[in-house]
Amino acid sequence: MSSIIEIRNLTFKYVNDEDQETVAIDGLDLNIEEGSFVAILGHNGSGKSTLAKHLNAILRPTEGTVLVAGMDTRDENLITDIRRNVGMVFQNPDNQIVANVVEDDVAFGPENLGVEPEEIRRRVDEALNAVDMWEYRSHAPHLLSGGQKQRVAIAGIIAMRPRCIVLDEPTAMLDPVGRAEVIETIKRLNREQGITVILITHHMSETIDADRLIVMSHGKIIGDGKPAQVFSKVQALRDAGLTVPETTQLIFELRKEGIDLPLEALSVEDCAEAIYKAFA
Amino acid sequence: MAPIIKTEGLTHLYSPGTPFERIAIENIDFEAVKGEFIGIIGHTGSGKSTFIQHLNGLLKPTGGRVLFDGEDIWSSKEKTHGVRFKVGLVFQYPEYQLFEETVYKDIAFGPKNMKLTEAEIDARVREAANFVGIGEDLLEKSPFDLSGGQKRRVAIAGVIAMRPDVLILDEPTAGLDPEGSEEILANIKEYHRSMGSTVLLVTHSMEEVARTVDRLVVFSGGHIVMSGTPHEIFSRSEELEKIKLDVPEVTKVIARLREMGLDIPASIYTVEQAKAALMELKGGRANA
Amino acid sequence: MLKNITLGQYFPGDTFIHRLDPRTKLIMTVVYIVMIFLADNFSAYIPVVALLLICVFVSKIKPKLLFSGMKPLLIIIGITALINLFYTSGEELVSFWIFTITKEGVRAAIFMMLRISLLIMGTFMLTYTTAPMQITDGLETLLGPLKKIKVPVHELAMMMSIALRFIPTLIEETDKIMSAQKARGADFETGNLVQKAKAMLPLLIPLFISAFRRADELATAMESRCYNGGTGRTKMKQLKYGYIDLIAALIGMALLAAVILLNIFGL
Repeated sequence: MSSIIEIRNLTFKYVNDEDQETVAIDGLDLNIEEGSFVAILGHNGSGKSTLAKHLNAILRPTEGTVLVAGMDTRDENLITDIRRNVGMVFQNPDNQIVANVVEDDVAFGPENLGVEPEEIRRRVDEALNAVDMWEYRSHAPHLLSGGQKQRVAIAGIIAMRPRCIVLDEPTAMLDPVGRAEVIETIKRLNREQGITVILITHHMSETIDADRLIVMSHGKIIGDGKPAQVFSKVQALRDAGLTVPETTQLIFELRKEGIDLPLEALSVEDCAEAIYKAFA
Repeated sequence: MAPIIKTEGLTHLYSPGTPFERIAIENIDFEAVKGEFIGIIGHTGSGKSTFIQHLNGLLKPTGGRVLFDGEDIWSSKEKTHGVRFKVGLVFQYPEYQLFEETVYKDIAFGPKNMKLTEAEIDARVREAANFVGIGEDLLEKSPFDLSGGQKRRVAIAGVIAMRPDVLILDEPTAGLDPEGSEEILANIKEYHRSMGSTVLLVTHSMEEVARTVDRLVVFSGGHIVMSGTPHEIFSRSEELEKIKLDVPEVTKVIARLREMGLDIPASIYTVEQAKAALMELKGGRANA
Repeated sequence: MLKNITLGQYFPGDTFIHRLDPRTKLIMTVVYIVMIFLADNFSAYIPVVALLLICVFVSKIKPKLLFSGMKPLLIIIGITALINLFYTSGEELVSFWIFTITKEGVRAAIFMMLRISLLIMGTFMLTYTTAPMQITDGLETLLGPLKKIKVPVHELAMMMSIALRFIPTLIEETDKIMSAQKARGADFETGNLVQKAKAMLPLLIPLFISAFRRADELATAMESRCYNGGTGRTKMKQLKYGYIDLIAALIGMALLAAVILLNIFGL
């Protein structure tokens, strides 16, 4: 499979109000396969959101290159093409909805791209169906729940027919019900429409079903692989100030007592099964 | 012990008498004694936010009473105003209410409204800042130059500085990463321990409250549907899942193991408890 | 609570008036205003009042709503009428102290009251039957030609619609901040004017900061959705004139002609 995103030696520095230089991303290399579901986990200040903003050309590298679908994000002329290919969903659901009717908001992206009116209508209906919000098409966004607003924001992106969606902590401001709605929606889009999904989050539980989990700390990648493999490195993650899921924690603790259990048993089902085998 | 705060048949209707009339909470009987640490759980729309805004008199009951120290908080104007300082309420995302030029002045806003002396205000500001881990060096800074987590802690200090007998926090860790959440919870626990005040912690996160509180109160559909120690509540994990509340992962594993036929108690909600129970099971069997 | 305030004053419906193209309604409102100011005798007002009555009747908007909307403006209407009553020279009717009421004054006062009331009720009919977004869209299209002389028509329309989108959000936010400050003992009600103004700072400062933050985030979100201003942009919902717009236009023209004729031949 080909890479949708290729990052070579990316460094991003910024200068704060007090003239201090901060390195947010430090010589990072990363390839992301088209069609995959990649989760990026890290605490605040790990550089994960800065990385996300590079994928959509909101930020440009201080050093190194970011290629999106083969296009260099430093080329001003390619920006619209890059953003058409990689859409971005932000944290605060209120501050990314432009119009005061749901369907008009979903139409905003395609309208900017100059798509024909009938085609926009088709795409808007499709996108709203894909996120299960079609019944709400003529509602005012401020009356929706947080999870519903985020789904409208996702619909607004997929109506632009991107190859990749980057979600920058889309669930941080949502309650558990809204969080589940959003995660379910993006998993489905990845599975059914083959859209590449890059999910930035600090909720471990949301990363469990990803094809690939990348852990960031201090602007660098400190873990990369299948979620079960990454979480099995419990000590390394703890050293980086991150916790691991309770399932992994329990197995880790039991292993300390000399019980032979696989650290890769990440889901509740796998964990229970492994423990049952060892204890029954 | 006599309860410090109590509600009797507390009911609140939104837009009463209009076609938009809606019951937010209905017939809530609740009480908390001095020094208790209570977790309030329920998802959006369960009525928990409406409920807590009654405890400090921000909302007026449409039915029933709210008693502070045995007296109806709506019995006189002075009581209604005074209860704001005795029952401190920290709203969700409290950092958005910061407005002063310096951290110091912002924390002092509550105590100033209480008409305390300068010396008393100063003592309280420093004490409150200390509780939330805001150092002296930050007091003269603008609150808007702080990090997200620091802003949140300054806002919490602004309520703590009123030294309320009851401190209520509405999702104090919302939107923070695990490290930031952990810090804030530790601050709150420390405040509870050293001041001996009553704390009500409203949250979605079961894992967060499970290891912190003495008692859990579960809201659903405008009613209190469960109340008891974490042990009692989590042993009813099926009911919790039925009202769409997320139980800790480890409780789910235990529930699954019980289904498979393993003989372990249902009321487990932390990794340590699970480990202890499983090791006991192993040990018990080895001895037999 | 502040949340309960209805904004935009739009009453959804599916009547002939509701279905008219917003451009038609905007032009008709202008024609209606022209009619009001052209009419210079009582009979010439008959077509004006007729137009208003037809609209109210067809759109099923309760007349009560028109009058209750007028209430805050009654004082202005009253003062304007009084000024006209006392300061119009002509044939004297009564005179006391420094005031003189003339026949012309009475006539001018009545006309002025009639004009202002009809004007207000007419514009209410526009906002009551047209969604704010439709008005914005209509204005953008109607004012489109002004782009040629460098008037930023698209930008203004976009600003208007974003403002409309965020009004409810900001009202909710105001409510929240107010409660939070009240919980810290803030008092927004008592005190003199200066004290009251000062008491608003804990509300206004966070509100402004939040509005700026929202604007900043919204701008980033819009850019990342390929927004580049009005050029090359299409619209999903195209405004289309239908036969009902033709009917409305004909009625409008007929009534305008009636006003002119009654001005010449009427009483």
